[in-house]
Amino acid sequence: MLYIFCPHCGLRSQNEFAYGGDATVKRPELNKEISDKDWDNFVYLRKSPRGKHLELWHHISGCRQWIKVERDTSTHEIFKTYKADELTE
Amino acid sequence: MQKYSVFSLIKNAFSDHQNWEVAWKDPTPKKEYDVIIIGGGGHGLATAYYLAKEHNITNVAIIEKGWIGGGNVGRNTTIIRSNYMHDDNALFSEFGMDLWRKMSQDLNYNVMFSPRGIINLAHSDAQMNAYSRRGNSMRLNGIDAVLLNREEVQKRIPMADFSDNVRFPIFGGLMQPSAGTARHDAVAWGYARQADSMGVDIIQNCEVTGFDVTKGKIVGVRTSRGDIKAKKVGLCVAGSTNILAEMLNMTLPIETHLLQACVSEPVKPLLDHVVTFGAGHFYCSQSDKGEMVMGGDLDGYNSYSQRGNLPTLQHVLTEGIAMFPFLSKLKMLRTWGGIMDMSMDGSPIIDKTHIDGLYLNCGWCYGGFKATPASGWTFAHTIAQDRVHELNAGYSLNRFNTGDLIDEKGLGTKTWIS
Repeated sequence: MLYIFCPHCGLRSQNEFAYGGDATVKRPELNKEISDKDWDNFVYLRKSPRGKHLELWHHISGCRQWIKVERDTSTHEIFKTYKADELTE
Repeated sequence: MQKYSVFSLIKNAFSDHQNWEVAWKDPTPKKEYDVIIIGGGGHGLATAYYLAKEHNITNVAIIEKGWIGGGNVGRNTTIIRSNYMHDDNALFSEFGMDLWRKMSQDLNYNVMFSPRGIINLAHSDAQMNAYSRRGNSMRLNGIDAVLLNREEVQKRIPMADFSDNVRFPIFGGLMQPSAGTARHDAVAWGYARQADSMGVDIIQNCEVTGFDVTKGKIVGVRTSRGDIKAKKVGLCVAGSTNILAEMLNMTLPIETHLLQACVSEPVKPLLDHVVTFGAGHFYCSQSDKGEMVMGGDLDGYNSYSQRGNLPTLQHVLTEGIAMFPFLSKLKMLRTWGGIMDMSMDGSPIIDKTHIDGLYLNCGWCYGGFKATPASGWTFAHTIAQDRVHELNAGYSLNRFNTGDLIDEKGLGTKTWIS
Protein backbone atom coordinates (compact mmCIF):
# COMPACT_ATOMS: atom_id res chain seq x y z
CA MET A 1 0.00 0.00 0.00
CA LEU A 2 1.29 3.45 -0.92
CA TYR A 3 0.59 6.29 1.50
CA ILE A 4 0.35 9.61 -0.27
CA PHE A 5 0.47 12.96 1.50
CA CYS A 6 -2.29 15.09 0.00
CA PRO A 7 -1.30 18.76 0.42
CA HIS A 8 -4.96 19.51 1.18
CA CYS A 9 -5.98 16.56 3.40
CA GLY A 10 -2.84 14.98 4.85
CA LEU A 11 -1.59 11.41 4.68
CA ARG A 12 -4.04 9.05 2.97
CA SER A 13 -3.88 5.54 1.53
CA GLN A 14 -3.53 5.00 -2.23
CA ASN A 15 -7.06 3.57 -2.37
CA GLU A 16 -8.39 7.14 -2.26
CA PHE A 17 -6.37 8.22 -5.30
CA ALA A 18 -6.46 7.71 -9.05
CA TYR A 19 -3.27 7.91 -11.08
CA GLY A 20 -2.89 10.61 -13.71
CA GLY A 21 0.46 9.90 -15.34
CA ASP A 22 3.63 11.85 -16.08
CA ALA A 23 3.33 15.43 -14.78
CA THR A 24 6.26 16.73 -16.82
CA VAL A 25 4.47 16.35 -20.16
CA LYS A 26 3.64 19.88 -21.32
CA ARG A 27 0.65 20.59 -23.50
CA PRO A 28 1.61 22.82 -26.46
CA GLU A 29 0.39 26.38 -26.07
CA LEU A 30 -3.04 27.19 -27.42
CA ASN A 31 -3.48 29.22 -30.62
CA LYS A 32 0.13 28.74 -31.66
CA GLU A 33 1.40 27.05 -34.77
CA ILE A 34 2.61 23.53 -33.97
CA SER A 35 3.96 20.85 -36.27
CA ASP A 36 2.22 17.48 -36.50
CA LYS A 37 5.38 15.82 -35.24
CA ASP A 38 5.54 17.99 -32.10
CA TRP A 39 1.88 17.32 -31.40
CA ASP A 40 2.38 13.54 -31.82
CA ASN A 41 5.34 13.63 -29.50
CA PHE A 42 3.30 15.45 -26.86
CA VAL A 43 0.51 12.89 -27.11
CA TYR A 44 2.55 9.67 -27.28
CA LEU A 45 6.13 9.97 -26.07
CA ARG A 46 7.01 9.34 -22.42
CA LYS A 47 10.38 9.18 -20.69
CA SER A 48 9.13 6.67 -18.09
CA PRO A 49 12.32 6.89 -16.02
CA ARG A 50 13.54 4.36 -13.51
CA GLY A 51 14.04 6.43 -10.36
CA LYS A 52 12.54 9.84 -9.58
CA HIS A 53 9.28 10.48 -11.43
CA LEU A 54 7.02 13.51 -11.11
CA GLU A 55 3.45 12.40 -11.64
CA LEU A 56 -0.15 13.49 -11.28
CA TRP A 57 -2.55 11.86 -8.85
CA HIS A 58 -6.23 12.69 -8.38
CA HIS A 59 -7.56 12.55 -4.81
CA ILE A 60 -10.80 11.25 -6.24
CA SER A 61 -12.25 9.72 -3.08
CA GLY A 62 -11.12 12.67 -0.95
CA CYS A 63 -10.92 16.36 -1.78
CA ARG A 64 -11.07 15.64 -5.54
CA GLN A 65 -8.04 17.86 -6.17
CA TRP A 66 -5.27 16.95 -8.59
CA ILE A 67 -1.83 16.87 -6.97
CA LYS A 68 1.75 16.27 -8.08
CA VAL A 69 3.77 13.49 -6.46
CA GLU A 70 7.49 12.94 -6.70
CA ARG A 71 8.01 9.19 -6.38
CA ASP A 72 10.73 6.63 -7.06
CA THR A 73 9.52 4.16 -9.68
CA SER A 74 11.78 1.36 -8.48
CA THR A 75 11.43 1.65 -4.69
CA HIS A 76 8.00 3.39 -4.58
CA GLU A 77 9.42 5.88 -2.06
CA ILE A 78 7.52 9.18 -2.12
CA PHE A 79 9.81 12.19 -1.67
CA LYS A 80 7.46 15.14 -1.87
CA THR A 81 3.97 16.11 -2.93
CA TYR A 82 2.75 19.41 -4.36
CA LYS A 83 -0.51 21.14 -5.14
CA ALA A 84 -1.28 20.92 -8.86
CA ASP A 85 -0.40 24.56 -9.54
CA GLU A 86 2.64 24.62 -7.28
CA LEU A 87 6.02 25.03 -8.97
CA THR A 88 8.20 21.97 -8.58
CA GLU A 89 11.90 22.03 -7.91
CA MET B 1 23.63 -31.75 -29.03
CA GLN B 2 22.17 -34.68 -27.20
CA LYS B 3 18.64 -35.40 -28.47
CA TYR B 4 15.99 -35.83 -25.82
CA SER B 5 14.04 -39.06 -26.36
CA VAL B 6 12.88 -42.13 -24.50
CA PHE B 7 16.12 -43.83 -25.55
CA SER B 8 18.38 -41.09 -24.16
CA LEU B 9 16.29 -41.20 -21.00
CA ILE B 10 16.81 -44.94 -20.57
CA LYS B 11 20.49 -44.67 -21.45
CA ASN B 12 21.03 -41.96 -18.84
CA ALA B 13 19.08 -43.89 -16.24
CA PHE B 14 21.93 -46.44 -16.20
CA SER B 15 24.32 -43.74 -14.99
CA ASP B 16 21.86 -42.29 -12.45
CA HIS B 17 21.30 -39.25 -14.71
CA GLN B 18 24.76 -37.92 -13.83
CA ASN B 19 26.00 -37.59 -17.42
CA TRP B 20 23.43 -35.39 -19.16
CA GLU B 21 24.96 -32.63 -21.29
CA VAL B 22 24.35 -29.10 -20.02
CA ALA B 23 21.36 -27.56 -21.81
CA TRP B 24 23.36 -24.45 -22.71
CA LYS B 25 26.91 -23.31 -22.06
CA ASP B 26 28.23 -20.38 -20.07
CA PRO B 27 30.62 -18.70 -22.55
CA THR B 28 32.89 -15.71 -22.06
CA PRO B 29 31.84 -12.90 -24.40
CA LYS B 30 33.81 -12.70 -27.65
CA LYS B 31 35.24 -9.38 -28.90
CA GLU B 32 32.78 -9.13 -31.76
CA TYR B 33 29.52 -10.62 -33.03
CA ASP B 34 27.46 -10.23 -36.18
CA VAL B 35 24.34 -9.72 -34.08
CA ILE B 36 23.85 -8.97 -30.39
CA ILE B 37 20.41 -9.50 -28.91
CA ILE B 38 19.93 -7.60 -25.67
CA GLY B 39 17.55 -9.45 -23.38
CA GLY B 40 17.56 -13.22 -22.81
CA GLY B 41 13.83 -13.55 -22.31
CA GLY B 42 11.49 -15.58 -24.48
CA HIS B 43 11.53 -13.06 -27.33
CA GLY B 44 15.32 -12.62 -27.31
CA LEU B 45 15.97 -16.37 -27.20
CA ALA B 46 13.43 -17.00 -29.96
CA THR B 47 14.99 -14.25 -32.08
CA ALA B 48 18.45 -15.80 -31.75
CA TYR B 49 17.04 -19.24 -32.54
CA TYR B 50 15.29 -18.07 -35.72
CA LEU B 51 18.34 -16.01 -36.78
CA ALA B 52 20.32 -19.24 -36.73
CA LYS B 53 17.62 -21.53 -38.09
CA GLU B 54 15.97 -19.39 -40.77
CA HIS B 55 18.77 -17.04 -41.75
CA ASN B 56 21.95 -19.00 -41.03
CA ILE B 57 23.33 -16.24 -38.81
CA THR B 58 25.04 -18.00 -35.92
CA ASN B 59 27.69 -15.53 -34.78
CA VAL B 60 25.14 -14.19 -32.31
CA ALA B 61 25.23 -13.29 -28.63
CA ILE B 62 22.32 -12.93 -26.26
CA ILE B 63 23.14 -10.56 -23.42
CA GLU B 64 21.04 -10.99 -20.30
CA LYS B 65 21.47 -8.90 -17.14
CA GLY B 66 19.86 -11.59 -14.95
CA TRP B 67 19.40 -15.24 -15.74
CA ILE B 68 17.51 -17.21 -18.39
CA GLY B 69 13.90 -17.61 -17.33
CA GLY B 70 14.09 -14.94 -14.60
CA GLY B 71 12.17 -12.20 -16.36
CA ASN B 72 8.70 -11.99 -17.81
CA VAL B 73 9.02 -15.34 -19.61
CA GLY B 74 8.92 -16.93 -16.16
CA ARG B 75 6.41 -14.50 -14.68
CA ASN B 76 3.43 -14.67 -17.04
CA THR B 77 0.20 -16.65 -16.84
CA THR B 78 1.14 -18.87 -19.82
CA ILE B 79 -1.87 -18.03 -22.00
CA ILE B 80 -1.64 -18.46 -25.77
CA ARG B 81 -4.34 -17.08 -28.08
CA SER B 82 -4.99 -15.21 -31.31
CA ASN B 83 -8.49 -13.85 -30.65
CA TYR B 84 -7.84 -10.41 -32.11
CA MET B 85 -10.09 -8.31 -34.29
CA HIS B 86 -7.62 -6.12 -36.16
CA ASP B 87 -5.85 -7.71 -39.13
CA ASP B 88 -2.32 -6.86 -38.01
CA ASN B 89 -2.79 -8.50 -34.62
CA ALA B 90 -4.87 -11.41 -35.91
CA LEU B 91 -2.52 -12.48 -38.71
CA PHE B 92 0.58 -12.04 -36.57
CA SER B 93 -0.85 -14.05 -33.66
CA GLU B 94 -2.30 -16.78 -35.85
CA PHE B 95 1.10 -17.20 -37.51
CA GLY B 96 2.37 -17.64 -33.95
CA MET B 97 -0.29 -20.28 -33.20
CA ASP B 98 1.17 -22.42 -35.99
CA LEU B 99 4.62 -22.10 -34.45
CA TRP B 100 3.19 -23.03 -31.03
CA ARG B 101 1.58 -26.18 -32.41
CA LYS B 102 4.92 -27.36 -33.83
CA MET B 103 7.13 -26.05 -31.05
CA SER B 104 7.72 -29.19 -28.97
CA GLN B 105 8.84 -31.15 -32.06
CA ASP B 106 10.75 -28.21 -33.49
CA LEU B 107 12.75 -27.61 -30.30
CA ASN B 108 12.96 -31.27 -29.22
CA TYR B 109 11.67 -30.00 -25.90
CA ASN B 110 8.25 -30.63 -24.38
CA VAL B 111 6.72 -27.19 -23.93
CA MET B 112 3.45 -28.83 -22.82
CA PHE B 113 1.35 -26.83 -25.29
CA SER B 114 -2.22 -27.43 -24.25
CA PRO B 115 -4.86 -26.06 -26.66
CA ARG B 116 -7.66 -26.11 -24.11
CA GLY B 117 -9.58 -23.13 -25.48
CA ILE B 118 -10.19 -19.65 -24.12
CA ILE B 119 -13.62 -18.26 -23.23
CA ASN B 120 -14.18 -14.50 -22.93
CA LEU B 121 -17.35 -14.05 -20.89
CA ALA B 122 -20.01 -11.50 -21.92
CA HIS B 123 -22.27 -9.84 -19.37
CA SER B 124 -24.65 -7.80 -21.54
CA ASP B 125 -26.35 -7.84 -24.93
CA ALA B 126 -24.01 -5.11 -26.11
CA GLN B 127 -21.02 -7.22 -25.19
CA MET B 128 -22.48 -10.22 -27.03
CA ASN B 129 -22.80 -8.00 -30.14
CA ALA B 130 -19.21 -6.84 -29.78
CA TYR B 131 -18.01 -10.43 -29.39
CA SER B 132 -20.04 -11.52 -32.38
CA ARG B 133 -18.31 -8.81 -34.42
CA ARG B 134 -14.87 -9.81 -33.11
CA GLY B 135 -15.60 -13.51 -33.72
CA ASN B 136 -16.61 -12.79 -37.32
CA SER B 137 -13.44 -10.76 -37.88
CA MET B 138 -11.40 -13.63 -36.50
CA ARG B 139 -13.09 -16.15 -38.78
CA LEU B 140 -12.47 -13.94 -41.80
CA ASN B 141 -8.78 -14.19 -40.91
CA GLY B 142 -8.95 -17.98 -40.61
CA ILE B 143 -9.00 -18.11 -36.80
CA ASP B 144 -11.48 -20.38 -35.06
CA ALA B 145 -14.13 -18.52 -33.06
CA VAL B 146 -17.38 -19.77 -31.55
CA LEU B 147 -20.06 -17.58 -30.00
CA LEU B 148 -21.53 -19.39 -26.99
CA ASN B 149 -24.89 -18.65 -25.39
CA ARG B 150 -25.46 -18.80 -21.64
CA GLU B 151 -26.36 -22.52 -21.62
CA GLU B 152 -23.32 -23.44 -23.70
CA VAL B 153 -21.07 -21.52 -21.33
CA GLN B 154 -22.70 -23.19 -18.34
CA LYS B 155 -22.01 -26.62 -19.82
CA ARG B 156 -18.31 -25.79 -20.12
CA ILE B 157 -17.76 -23.93 -16.85
CA PRO B 158 -20.56 -24.94 -14.46
CA MET B 159 -18.61 -23.60 -11.47
CA ALA B 160 -19.07 -19.99 -12.63
CA ASP B 161 -21.77 -17.93 -10.92
CA PHE B 162 -25.00 -18.65 -12.82
CA SER B 163 -27.29 -17.75 -9.90
CA ASP B 164 -30.08 -15.19 -10.23
CA ASN B 165 -28.89 -12.32 -8.08
CA VAL B 166 -25.51 -11.49 -9.54
CA ARG B 167 -24.26 -8.03 -10.45
CA PHE B 168 -22.82 -9.24 -13.76
CA PRO B 169 -24.90 -12.14 -15.09
CA ILE B 170 -23.27 -14.29 -17.77
CA PHE B 171 -25.01 -13.73 -21.13
CA GLY B 172 -22.63 -15.93 -23.10
CA GLY B 173 -19.09 -15.80 -24.36
CA LEU B 174 -16.68 -15.87 -27.24
CA MET B 175 -14.53 -18.98 -27.44
CA GLN B 176 -11.35 -19.66 -29.39
CA PRO B 177 -11.06 -23.46 -29.09
CA SER B 178 -7.48 -23.59 -30.44
CA ALA B 179 -6.14 -21.18 -27.80
CA GLY B 180 -4.55 -22.58 -24.65
CA THR B 181 -1.50 -22.59 -22.43
CA ALA B 182 2.10 -23.82 -22.45
CA ARG B 183 4.81 -24.39 -19.86
CA HIS B 184 6.52 -20.99 -19.92
CA ASP B 185 9.90 -22.05 -18.47
CA ALA B 186 10.14 -24.87 -20.97
CA VAL B 187 9.70 -22.35 -23.79
CA ALA B 188 12.69 -20.34 -22.53
CA TRP B 189 14.80 -23.43 -21.87
CA GLY B 190 13.88 -25.07 -25.19
CA TYR B 191 14.79 -21.99 -27.24
CA ALA B 192 17.98 -21.44 -25.20
CA ARG B 193 19.13 -25.04 -25.68
CA GLN B 194 18.54 -25.03 -29.44
CA ALA B 195 20.06 -21.57 -29.97
CA ASP B 196 23.13 -22.61 -27.97
CA SER B 197 23.52 -25.81 -29.98
CA MET B 198 23.57 -23.78 -33.21
CA GLY B 199 26.40 -21.58 -31.96
CA VAL B 200 24.64 -18.70 -30.20
CA ASP B 201 26.46 -17.44 -27.09
CA ILE B 202 24.07 -17.00 -24.14
CA ILE B 203 25.78 -14.55 -21.79
CA GLN B 204 24.04 -14.21 -18.45
CA ASN B 205 24.76 -11.77 -15.61
CA CYS B 206 25.85 -9.20 -18.16
CA GLU B 207 24.18 -5.80 -18.02
CA VAL B 208 24.29 -3.30 -20.87
CA THR B 209 25.65 0.04 -19.66
CA GLY B 210 25.88 1.95 -22.94
CA PHE B 211 26.03 1.88 -26.72
CA ASP B 212 28.68 2.80 -29.26
CA VAL B 213 27.13 4.64 -32.16
CA THR B 214 29.34 6.17 -34.88
CA LYS B 215 27.95 8.33 -37.69
CA GLY B 216 24.43 7.11 -37.11
CA LYS B 217 25.45 3.46 -37.13
CA ILE B 218 25.65 1.04 -34.22
CA VAL B 219 29.12 -0.42 -33.71
CA GLY B 220 28.86 -2.10 -30.33
CA VAL B 221 27.53 -2.22 -26.80
CA ARG B 222 29.20 -1.53 -23.50
CA THR B 223 28.46 -4.05 -20.80
CA SER B 224 29.36 -4.91 -17.22
CA ARG B 225 31.59 -7.59 -18.73
CA GLY B 226 33.42 -5.34 -21.18
CA ASP B 227 32.81 -3.73 -24.57
CA ILE B 228 31.50 -5.97 -27.33
CA LYS B 229 31.47 -4.99 -31.00
CA ALA B 230 28.50 -5.84 -33.18
CA LYS B 231 27.30 -5.14 -36.70
CA LYS B 232 23.68 -5.29 -35.59
CA VAL B 233 21.96 -4.97 -32.22
CA GLY B 234 18.40 -5.94 -31.33
CA LEU B 235 16.63 -4.67 -28.21
CA CYS B 236 14.29 -7.23 -26.65
CA VAL B 237 14.04 -6.04 -23.07
CA ALA B 238 10.31 -5.55 -22.36
CA GLY B 239 9.92 -3.39 -19.23
CA SER B 240 13.52 -2.18 -19.37
CA THR B 241 13.13 -0.68 -22.85
CA ASN B 242 12.99 2.91 -21.62
CA ILE B 243 16.22 2.49 -19.64
CA LEU B 244 18.12 1.47 -22.79
CA ALA B 245 16.29 4.08 -24.88
CA GLU B 246 17.54 6.79 -22.55
CA MET B 247 21.15 5.64 -23.18
CA LEU B 248 20.42 6.08 -26.88
CA ASN B 249 18.74 9.50 -26.44
CA MET B 250 15.48 8.05 -27.73
CA THR B 251 12.07 8.74 -26.22
CA LEU B 252 9.52 6.06 -27.00
CA PRO B 253 5.71 5.73 -26.89
CA ILE B 254 6.17 3.28 -24.01
CA GLU B 255 5.60 3.39 -20.26
CA THR B 256 6.77 0.73 -17.83
CA HIS B 257 4.14 -0.64 -15.48
CA LEU B 258 3.86 -3.44 -12.98
CA LEU B 259 1.57 -6.42 -13.56
CA GLN B 260 0.85 -9.03 -10.92
CA ALA B 261 -0.19 -12.64 -11.14
CA CYS B 262 -0.88 -15.26 -8.51
CA VAL B 263 -1.66 -18.93 -8.02
CA SER B 264 -3.86 -20.65 -5.46
CA GLU B 265 -3.12 -23.87 -3.64
CA PRO B 266 -3.56 -26.89 -5.96
CA VAL B 267 -6.98 -28.50 -6.20
CA LYS B 268 -8.38 -31.38 -8.24
CA PRO B 269 -9.04 -30.69 -11.96
CA LEU B 270 -12.15 -28.54 -12.33
CA LEU B 271 -11.46 -25.87 -14.94
CA ASP B 272 -10.87 -27.15 -18.49
CA HIS B 273 -10.42 -23.77 -20.22
CA VAL B 274 -8.84 -20.37 -19.87
CA VAL B 275 -11.65 -18.01 -18.82
CA THR B 276 -11.74 -14.22 -18.75
CA PHE B 277 -14.20 -12.04 -16.84
CA GLY B 278 -15.98 -9.63 -19.18
CA ALA B 279 -17.03 -6.94 -16.72
CA GLY B 280 -13.57 -6.16 -15.43
CA HIS B 281 -10.07 -7.44 -15.92
CA PHE B 282 -9.53 -10.93 -14.53
CA TYR B 283 -8.50 -14.19 -16.11
CA CYS B 284 -8.04 -17.68 -14.78
CA SER B 285 -6.85 -21.11 -15.83
CA GLN B 286 -5.82 -24.24 -13.97
CA SER B 287 -2.25 -25.46 -14.15
CA ASP B 288 -1.33 -29.11 -14.59
CA LYS B 289 -0.39 -29.15 -10.90
CA GLY B 290 -3.94 -28.04 -10.05
CA GLU B 291 -3.23 -24.44 -9.04
CA MET B 292 -5.65 -21.77 -10.22
CA VAL B 293 -3.46 -19.33 -12.19
CA MET B 294 -4.89 -15.81 -12.03
CA GLY B 295 -4.12 -12.29 -13.16
CA GLY B 296 -5.72 -9.01 -14.10
CA ASP B 297 -5.03 -5.30 -13.83
CA LEU B 298 -1.77 -3.39 -13.74
CA ASP B 299 -0.83 -1.89 -10.38
CA GLY B 300 -1.72 1.42 -12.00
CA TYR B 301 1.34 3.67 -11.75
CA ASN B 302 4.75 3.68 -13.45
CA SER B 303 6.91 1.07 -11.79
CA TYR B 304 10.17 -0.80 -12.29
CA SER B 305 9.83 -2.93 -9.16
CA GLN B 306 9.15 -6.59 -9.89
CA ARG B 307 6.86 -7.01 -6.91
CA GLY B 308 3.22 -6.12 -6.45
CA ASN B 309 1.09 -4.09 -4.12
CA LEU B 310 -1.94 -5.46 -2.27
CA PRO B 311 -4.78 -3.06 -3.26
CA THR B 312 -4.62 -4.18 -6.90
CA LEU B 313 -4.45 -7.84 -5.96
CA GLN B 314 -7.51 -7.44 -3.77
CA HIS B 315 -9.37 -5.63 -6.56
CA VAL B 316 -8.50 -8.30 -9.13
CA LEU B 317 -9.45 -11.20 -6.86
CA THR B 318 -12.75 -9.53 -5.99
CA GLU B 319 -13.59 -9.76 -9.69
CA GLY B 320 -12.39 -13.36 -9.68
CA ILE B 321 -14.72 -14.27 -6.86
CA ALA B 322 -17.62 -12.55 -8.63
CA MET B 323 -16.98 -14.88 -11.57
CA PHE B 324 -15.95 -18.05 -9.70
CA PRO B 325 -17.33 -17.88 -6.11
CA PHE B 326 -15.40 -21.04 -5.10
CA LEU B 327 -12.13 -19.09 -5.36
CA SER B 328 -12.91 -17.41 -2.02
CA LYS B 329 -12.38 -20.75 -0.26
CA LEU B 330 -8.88 -21.32 -1.68
CA LYS B 331 -5.64 -20.28 -0.05
CA MET B 332 -3.20 -18.15 -1.99
CA LEU B 333 0.04 -19.97 -2.71
CA ARG B 334 2.19 -17.37 -4.45
CA THR B 335 1.95 -13.88 -5.88
CA TRP B 336 4.55 -12.13 -8.00
CA GLY B 337 5.01 -9.23 -10.40
CA GLY B 338 6.73 -8.38 -13.65
CA ILE B 339 7.30 -5.09 -15.45
CA MET B 340 5.45 -4.50 -18.71
CA ASP B 341 6.35 -2.30 -21.66
CA MET B 342 2.94 -0.65 -22.14
CA SER B 343 2.64 0.99 -25.55
CA MET B 344 0.36 3.95 -26.24
CA ASP B 345 -2.05 2.02 -28.47
CA GLY B 346 -1.79 -1.36 -26.73
CA SER B 347 0.05 -3.00 -29.64
CA PRO B 348 3.73 -3.91 -29.95
CA ILE B 349 6.58 -2.40 -31.94
CA ILE B 350 8.94 -4.57 -34.04
CA ASP B 351 10.88 -2.25 -36.30
CA LYS B 352 14.12 -0.67 -37.42
CA THR B 353 15.17 2.58 -35.74
CA HIS B 354 16.76 5.82 -36.94
CA ILE B 355 20.13 4.29 -35.94
CA ASP B 356 21.53 2.03 -38.65
CA GLY B 357 21.83 -1.56 -37.40
CA LEU B 358 19.71 -1.00 -34.28
CA TYR B 359 16.40 -2.83 -34.11
CA LEU B 360 13.58 -2.47 -31.62
CA ASN B 361 11.18 -5.08 -30.22
CA CYS B 362 8.93 -3.79 -27.43
CA GLY B 363 5.46 -2.67 -26.39
CA TRP B 364 4.04 -6.10 -25.59
CA CYS B 365 1.68 -4.89 -22.86
CA TYR B 366 -0.29 -7.82 -21.45
CA GLY B 367 0.40 -10.16 -24.38
CA GLY B 368 4.12 -10.89 -24.54
CA PHE B 369 4.21 -14.59 -23.78
CA LYS B 370 1.84 -15.81 -26.48
CA ALA B 371 3.75 -13.72 -29.03
CA THR B 372 7.11 -15.33 -28.21
CA PRO B 373 7.58 -17.46 -31.36
CA ALA B 374 6.02 -15.00 -33.84
CA SER B 375 7.92 -12.09 -32.30
CA GLY B 376 11.22 -13.99 -32.49
CA TRP B 377 10.52 -15.12 -36.04
CA THR B 378 9.61 -11.68 -37.40
CA PHE B 379 12.30 -9.86 -35.40
CA ALA B 380 14.93 -12.29 -36.73
CA HIS B 381 13.68 -11.54 -40.25
CA THR B 382 13.77 -7.79 -39.64
CA ILE B 383 17.35 -7.97 -38.33
CA ALA B 384 18.68 -10.43 -40.92
CA GLN B 385 17.11 -8.73 -43.97
CA ASP B 386 17.25 -5.20 -42.60
CA ARG B 387 13.58 -4.78 -43.51
CA VAL B 388 10.32 -5.65 -41.81
CA HIS B 389 8.33 -8.72 -42.78
CA GLU B 390 4.73 -8.19 -43.89
CA LEU B 391 3.61 -9.84 -40.63
CA ASN B 392 5.18 -7.09 -38.52
CA ALA B 393 4.84 -4.22 -41.01
CA GLY B 394 1.94 -2.85 -38.96
CA TYR B 395 4.01 -2.85 -35.78
CA SER B 396 6.03 0.14 -36.92
CA LEU B 397 7.50 2.77 -34.65
CA ASN B 398 6.33 5.65 -36.82
CA ARG B 399 2.66 4.67 -36.70
CA PHE B 400 2.36 7.13 -33.83
CA ASN B 401 3.22 9.85 -36.37
CA THR B 402 1.30 8.52 -39.35
CA GLY B 403 -1.87 7.79 -37.40
CA ASP B 404 -1.96 4.09 -38.30
CA LEU B 405 -2.50 3.03 -34.70
CA ILE B 406 -3.59 -0.52 -33.89
CA ASP B 407 -5.94 0.31 -31.06
CA GLU B 408 -7.41 -3.12 -30.48
CA LYS B 409 -9.14 -1.96 -27.32
CA GLY B 410 -9.46 1.74 -28.12
CA LEU B 411 -8.08 2.77 -24.75
CA GLY B 412 -5.96 5.75 -25.72
CA THR B 413 -2.74 6.80 -24.10
CA LYS B 414 -3.62 6.12 -20.45
CA THR B 415 -1.55 2.96 -20.49
CA TRP B 416 -2.27 2.14 -16.85
CA ILE B 417 -6.03 1.95 -17.39
CA SER B 418 -6.79 -1.53 -18.60
